[in-house]
Amino acid sequence: MKFERKDILGLKDYSRDEINLILDTAESLKEISTRKIKKVPTLRGKTVISLFYEPSTRTRTSFEIAAKRLSADAVNITASASSVVKGETLIDTARNLESMNPDIIIMRHSAAGAPHILARLLKHQSIINAGDGAHEHPTQSLLDMMTIREKRGKLDGLNVALIGDIAHSRVARSNIYGLTTMGARVALCGPAMMMPREIDKMGVSVHNRMEETIQNADIIMMLRIQLERQKNNMFPSVREYAKLYCLTPDRIKMAKKNVLVMHPGPINRGVEIDPQIADGHYSVILEQVTNGVALRMALLYLLAGGK
Amino acid sequence: MKKKKVVMDAEGIERSLTRIAYEILEENKGIRDLVVIGIREGGVFLAQRIGKKISNIEKTDVPLGILDITLYRDDVLTTAKKPKLGKTDIPFSLDNKKVILVDDVIFTGRTIRAAMDALMDFGRPNLIQLAVLIDRGHRELPIRPNFVGNSLPSSLWEEVSVNLAEIEGINEVVIENI
Repeated sequence: MKFERKDILGLKDYSRDEINLILDTAESLKEISTRKIKKVPTLRGKTVISLFYEPSTRTRTSFEIAAKRLSADAVNITASASSVVKGETLIDTARNLESMNPDIIIMRHSAAGAPHILARLLKHQSIINAGDGAHEHPTQSLLDMMTIREKRGKLDGLNVALIGDIAHSRVARSNIYGLTTMGARVALCGPAMMMPREIDKMGVSVHNRMEETIQNADIIMMLRIQLERQKNNMFPSVREYAKLYCLTPDRIKMAKKNVLVMHPGPINRGVEIDPQIADGHYSVILEQVTNGVALRMALLYLLAGGK
Repeated sequence: MKKKKVVMDAEGIERSLTRIAYEILEENKGIRDLVVIGIREGGVFLAQRIGKKISNIEKTDVPLGILDITLYRDDVLTTAKKPKLGKTDIPFSLDNKKVILVDDVIFTGRTIRAAMDALMDFGRPNLIQLAVLIDRGHRELPIRPNFVGNSLPSSLWEEVSVNLAEIEGINEVVIENI
């Protein structure tokens, strides 16, 4: 099968074949990062710009390393250090970047749909959504699925528990789309205030108690409590949240013996995940990061050229 | 009209590979520092067969590697259909090794150019030699194989394919009009 898309904005309308193609490509590219010379000439002469309106370490570094390992020229723009602070609009910024003829623009923005605006505006550039508001974060979900498939050999039929602040989580949204498409069963758990109404219409089950959610899980994905987005006091205190929803050594005893623990990072140690679990043998958190580079290499490879 | 002609059968392929195995050992005076690397897809199984023959003759195992050259192709960003990526698996350094690169058919030579660039990213081999089952001519680059099973002058409108039991379930070389 051939990858036909101009942009990668979200997993909502992706088919099983498309996701498998991306994961297969990423799996083949993973080996490059283990070589002594970690570089292939494939994207020589291509320019990749990352335009981040929100802070990021992992995603931005991961994309930059991915671009460089494929020999593309990578340029980073951080909004706080750009003309955005002088009041330039998103569309003006996009038009100006377009004038410098990049091939791929990777974008993170606090407003849902911002990358979609760019994708419509720019006819000759591919846009990759690196997180838009509480909407989607497709590359995170793809690297999560890559990690699960690598560890379990499949996605079909697995039980995946997503625990935490579902309402604010773009990682949750993309993973619900991706995982259900691939045939996994997704169970959500979190405080009622952080559970969007009617989310069960996305084909997932919703639970209040963490214990019952993790019992059947093959994979537990903990979500970060986004302290920066808790301005409207969704819960009384961090301590109370941790008491009910932290993944602790006691709670993990109720899970399957071979359960995998995942987290998109950055982790709040002791809030949503106990340090012993984050660093323990169930955890594949750092393997997610390793796979993130390969996965992003795959997306750059699939988007560049060959049109 | 499509015309199909079998130009080499299973026994012919087997005999050619045996001869190539002996030639490789003769040329390199034994198995010392030798590694065999097959180019995906067809070259992989031929490399395994040649490697096995060499190991049987010398009673020593020879390291085997697999190379996917897609990322090094000169047309990777210009062809309409993006080729499917395969895995490269060379779990050893190529520093100071004698690399026997194996492919099923040599045609324009562009695949081999890409393969040599790729090999250099795995170390600095002492030498690279090329073994192919079929040389069908029409070179576009100054590249010549060291070991050839069969030279098969072909026209550009013909297609030469090596079918191997490992993939197609039959061992034969066929030439077709397209």
